[in-house]
Amino acid sequence: MDGSLGLLVNAIVSGILLGGFYAAVSTGVAISFGMLDIVNIAHPAFILLGSYVAYLANTVLGLDPLLTAVIALPAFYLLGVAVYQVYYVSFERRQDQSLRGLSFFFGLMFITEVALVLIFGVDYRLVQAVYIGPSLHLGFLELPLRLLVPFLVSMLMVIGLQMFLRRSFTGRAIEAVAQDQLALRLMAANPTRIKRMAFGLSFATAAIAGAILIIIQPVEPSIGREYIGRVFAICVLGGLGSFSGMVIAAVTLGVVESLTATFFGPSWAPAVSFGVLLVTLAVRPSGILGR
Amino acid sequence: MTALLEIAGLGKRFGGFTALQDIDLEVQEGERLGLIGPNGSGKSTLVNCICGTLRHDMGQVRFGGKALDRLTAHERTRSGLARSFQLPRPFTTLSLAENLRIPILYAVNARGGQALTGTEIEARCLDLLAEVGLAEKADRLPRDLTQIEMRKLELARAMAAQPKLLFADEVMAGLSHTEVDEIIALLFRLNRQGVTVIMIEHIMRAVMELSQRLVVLVAGRKIADGAPKDVVRNAEVVRAYLGE
Amino acid sequence: MRGVPFLLALLVVAGALFAFGRWLNISYAFFAGYVVLQYIVLGTAWNILGGYTGYVNFGITAFFAIGAYSSVFLYKVVPSLPLPAMVIIGGALAGLVGLGMGYLTLRLRGVFFSIATLALAVVVQTLITNWDFVGGARGAYVLRPRMAPLIGGDYIQYLFLVMLGLCVIAVATARAIEHSALGYGFAAIRDDEGAAEASGVPTLKLKLIATVLSGGFMGMAGAPLPYYVTYLDPASGFSLNYAVNAIAMPLIGGTSSWLGPVVGAVLVGGLQEYIRVTISSAANVLVAGVLMVAFVIAAPEGIVGLFRRKR
Repeated sequence: MDGSLGLLVNAIVSGILLGGFYAAVSTGVAISFGMLDIVNIAHPAFILLGSYVAYLANTVLGLDPLLTAVIALPAFYLLGVAVYQVYYVSFERRQDQSLRGLSFFFGLMFITEVALVLIFGVDYRLVQAVYIGPSLHLGFLELPLRLLVPFLVSMLMVIGLQMFLRRSFTGRAIEAVAQDQLALRLMAANPTRIKRMAFGLSFATAAIAGAILIIIQPVEPSIGREYIGRVFAICVLGGLGSFSGMVIAAVTLGVVESLTATFFGPSWAPAVSFGVLLVTLAVRPSGILGR
Repeated sequence: MTALLEIAGLGKRFGGFTALQDIDLEVQEGERLGLIGPNGSGKSTLVNCICGTLRHDMGQVRFGGKALDRLTAHERTRSGLARSFQLPRPFTTLSLAENLRIPILYAVNARGGQALTGTEIEARCLDLLAEVGLAEKADRLPRDLTQIEMRKLELARAMAAQPKLLFADEVMAGLSHTEVDEIIALLFRLNRQGVTVIMIEHIMRAVMELSQRLVVLVAGRKIADGAPKDVVRNAEVVRAYLGE
Repeated sequence: MRGVPFLLALLVVAGALFAFGRWLNISYAFFAGYVVLQYIVLGTAWNILGGYTGYVNFGITAFFAIGAYSSVFLYKVVPSLPLPAMVIIGGALAGLVGLGMGYLTLRLRGVFFSIATLALAVVVQTLITNWDFVGGARGAYVLRPRMAPLIGGDYIQYLFLVMLGLCVIAVATARAIEHSALGYGFAAIRDDEGAAEASGVPTLKLKLIATVLSGGFMGMAGAPLPYYVTYLDPASGFSLNYAVNAIAMPLIGGTSSWLGPVVGAVLVGGLQEYIRVTISSAANVLVAGVLMVAFVIAAPEGIVGLFRRKR
C-alpha cells in the first residue's frame, strides 16, 4: 500500500515537473496560434532545432545547454522574423492562410526534420551537464534535477514573457493585435510589424524549449511530432491566448501523462494528449478557462 | 390569419454587449417592410438571427407558423428565407453564373417538388443575372466585379433561392440614381410575384418609395413600427437620427 | 451519364499501361509503377477534402496505416481472403474513422480539424505499436504469394493491377464530383462557408461526405501495402513521407481539378524514383517537401494552373 502511494505521489510530482516543461514547449504556439492566429505546426520541429544547437555546442565546445539557448536567442528570433515575412507576403496578404499557409508550415516541419536526420542521423543524442543525474530527496519524494531545472527555467520564461506582455509598450501592442487591430492602429503601431516581432519572439522560445528538452530526454529528429498533439492540446485546453490557462493545462496534461505512464506503461502516454484534445474540441472548444 | 414571420421577445448578446433586446415583430405575407436605424443599431444582427447565421439567446422566431429556433441556416433557407450579405460574400472561385447555381441546386432543388435540369438551371442563372444587369459577366469571376456589382450579385444569389421572404441588406449603397430605381423596380416585381420583402437601407428615398411599413431599430431596441410617413415624424426617431 | 466516356478513356489508358508493363516484363517497372499509382490514389484522396472543400487533413498516415494494418489483421485471421476484399474492408474502416473524427471536429474552424488529424496520426501509431497481434513495435511479416491469381505472372503484377484499378476508381470519382452538385457544394464551402449555408448548402453533411470519401480512399491505398513491403512495422507504415507526398503532390500539380494530383504524383513520384536511384534515398524524401514549399509560395495554382490561365 505504502509503495503504491509513494508511486502515486512520485508520479504526480514528476507529472507537475513535466507539465512545467510542456508549458515552455507550448509558449511559442500560445503566442503564434493563440495571439496571432498563425497555425505554426512546425514549432515542435523548430524546438528540436534548438535541441540540436544545444547538443552541438555541448559536444563540440562543452557549453552548458541553457547558456547555449540564451546565446542562440537572437538567431532564433531573426529566423522567426524571416519565416513570418515569407508567411505574410505569400499567404496572409493573399488571404490564403488555411490551405496553403498550413501546408507551408507542414513543409517547413518536414524539411527541418529531414535536414536534422541528414546531418545528425536517427540515433538518440544527449548532452552533459552537472544537473543531469543527481536528485533531491525529500522523504520518499524524489526530485530529479534533470526535471527540476527545466521546470524552473520554463516557469521563469513564462513569467518573464507574461510580464513583458503586460508591462511594455510592445507587449501590450502584441496583446492588442490578438484582440483588435483597429485599436492598434490608433496606438500608432503597424500591425504587421508587431506581428513580425511577436512571431520572432515565439520562435525564440524554441531555443530555450529545445535546450531543456534535450536536458530532460535524449532526442532524435522525429520526436518533434509527438509534441504537436501535446502542444495544441495544451493551447486549446488552456483557452487560446491565455498564459495562465496554458500553464494549468500543461501541468494537467503532464500529470495525466505521468499517471498513464506509471500505471499503464510509457508507450501509451502519447495517446493521452490526443484524447484530451479531442474531448476539449468536442465538448468545450473555448478551453477550461475560456468564456 | 397568422403572419409569415413572427418574432417574439428576441434577444442577442455578445459577451457583455447587448446587441438586440426584446424585439417583437410580425410581417404579413406579401408585405414590403423597411428596416432602418443608425449604424450598429442591430439591423444586420437581426437578419443574422432570423436566417440562422447567428443563434439568438432569447425569444422565438416563427416562419410560416413553424418555429425556426432549432433549424440550421441552410434549413431556414430551404424553408423559404433568403438574404443578401451587407458586405458581399461571393464564392470567389466560381463564375457569376455558378454563384447562382449554388442556391438553385441546394435550396430550390432540395426543397422537393420539381427539380430543375442542367439546361434549365443554366437558363435560370442567366435570367437572374440579366435582372440585375450582370448578364454580360456571367462567365467572369467575382474578383472582376466592382463593389457595386458585387452587391447586385448578392441580391441575385438571394433571389436564386426562390424565397418566400427576402432580406435585402443594403443592396443599394453606392448605386447611381437610375440604378437605385432599377433595383426598386426589381423588388416591386418580386413582390408582385408574391415574395415578401424586408429591406434594410440607408437611402431614405428608396425606403420611402418601397416600404408599406417602416420599423426603426436604435441600440438594439425597436423604437417605432408603423406607416412610413408617421414613423419619420416620430419624435424619438428624429432624435435618434439627428442626435440628442 | 456524362462520366461514362471519361471512365472508358481512363480504362483504356490503364489497360494500355498494364499491357505495356507486361510487354516490358521487368518486375522493377511494376515495383516503381506501384508507388506512383499509390501516390495518385493518396493525392487524389487528399484533394477531395483539401482541394475541393479547403479542409486540410494532415493525418494521412493514420488512414493509410489503418488500411495497411487491417490487411495484416485479416491476413492473420483469414489468410484466404482475396486482396480486393481486404481493400474494401480497409477502406471502410478508414472511412469510419474519418466519419468519427469529422463529426467531432468539423463543426469548428478548419484549423482545429487539421490539428486533430495531426494528433490522430500519433494516436493510431500508439495503438498499433501497443497491439501485439499485428506485430506491435517489432513489426509483422506477410508472406507474398509467388504467383498472381487470375492473371498469372509475378505477384507484383497483381498488386500493380489492383492499385491501377483503385487509381481508376479514385480519379473517376474525383472527376464525377467536380461536375456534380456535390462538387459545387464543396466549392461553396471552400470559398465561404457562411454564404454556403445561407444558400442552402448543408455544410456539415457535405464535409462529412468529403472526409469519409477521402479517408476511405487513403485506407484502400494502404490495404495492399503489407503485400508490397512484406515486412511492416509502425515506423515505416506511419512514415511522414506518405503524408508529405500526399499533400505535396496535389499542391504541386494543382488543387482545383482531378488532373492536378495525377500530374503531381507522376512528376514528383517519377523524380523521387530517379533521385533515389541516382543520388540517394535520403535526398529523395527532401524533394517533395522543398518542392511543396516552393510551389505554395510561388505558384499557388500548381502546374495545372500555370498551363490553364484563368478566364
